[in-house]
Amino acid sequence: MIAQLIGENVEALLDNWLEAAARLSRARPELATERRQQARVFLEQLGHSLDDDTRPEDVRSAPWSGVRETLDAIVDSHLDEGMAPAQIAFFVLSIKRPLHRLILERGGDTEKQLKALWRIDLIVDRLGLYTAEVQIRRKEQVIARQQEEILELSSPVVQLWDGVLAVPLIGTLDSYRTQQVTETILEAVVSTRSEQVILDITGVPAVDTQVAHHLLKTVAALRLMGAEAIVSGIRPQIAQTMVHLGVDLGQVVTKARLADALKLAFRRNGLLVSAGAGR
Amino acid sequence: MTRRIPILEIDGALLVTVQVDLDDHLAVQLEEDLGDALARSGARGIVIDISGLELVDTFLSRILAQIASMSRVLGAESVLVGMRPAVAMTLVELGMTLDGVATALDIDRGLGILRTRLERST
Repeated sequence: MIAQLIGENVEALLDNWLEAAARLSRARPELATERRQQARVFLEQLGHSLDDDTRPEDVRSAPWSGVRETLDAIVDSHLDEGMAPAQIAFFVLSIKRPLHRLILERGGDTEKQLKALWRIDLIVDRLGLYTAEVQIRRKEQVIARQQEEILELSSPVVQLWDGVLAVPLIGTLDSYRTQQVTETILEAVVSTRSEQVILDITGVPAVDTQVAHHLLKTVAALRLMGAEAIVSGIRPQIAQTMVHLGVDLGQVVTKARLADALKLAFRRNGLLVSAGAGR
Repeated sequence: MTRRIPILEIDGALLVTVQVDLDDHLAVQLEEDLGDALARSGARGIVIDISGLELVDTFLSRILAQIASMSRVLGAESVLVGMRPAVAMTLVELGMTLDGVATALDIDRGLGILRTRLERST
């Protein structure tokens, strides 16, 4: 019955709804037609769903997938416009008043009217909350993508010499990052056939037992592949904290400066650094 | 006929290249065959190339460690070469860091390590 009612009055409803929404925030004119089309589809789906009494009230359940999809698109187009979360929720919630008016104007049995109003209230409220969930999900996707980008930015593997790789580690080492970085390093070892790998931790703010554990894992993986690791860039304060914390880097060769590590790498590769005759 | 990993003799060392995934049976067979080959040929070193190996579990890593210990007992050096990055990371996650086993990037360097070690010991 609600679906039929909506169907008969869809243009008036859309006018009322979009007008109310426009008071909150004005959509760009070129988006108006698209928005109206989305809203129309949403209204039709909503009407059918409201009529179907067997449908659970939980809008996250399977029968609601069609409505959710339409709503996802509506949220996305609002987000593209740069609207605030509250505005987007209000957009969905502002369908309530036009629908209420429609029910009341039709008249009829009071109890039936009340039931219909309650159901509309309950469902639309939940759909409003659902838009918030969609937005959070979108933001999470953005964060995940940025995390990946940061990861790539913060651990470049550079070849210092034939057979010598250096990896300046920047930022805190957690287990996820360590795994990513280790993977990159190991792949670079294979592709450049390098036996010496310098892990420079100048950019790592603190070395606790956790970070040391991750470093040791990377070193162990390198050794398994037949490469040798040198850890460099341990600042005096960090060395002190490591000793206080009882952090043990075991058999790993450590150097204070990257230069010292490079010297050692040269020596291990049988290279000699000397002042040239041109000096 | 049982499948076997071939063992080649090159420059006084035994060379094993694993091109297929080692199942448990094949791994144990290889360990036995290597012991026999060491005793028969009098080779002083083993190079095991596992660049073809994509999967490794704790059992296999234990066998690899055992081969290293066994060859030491028989008076030979052994080097494990060509481990893939994914395999290395899996082993580390499993806590199997094969501490007693010498490693190298490829067969060439593995043979080089054998040579220097044998020169040192004689």
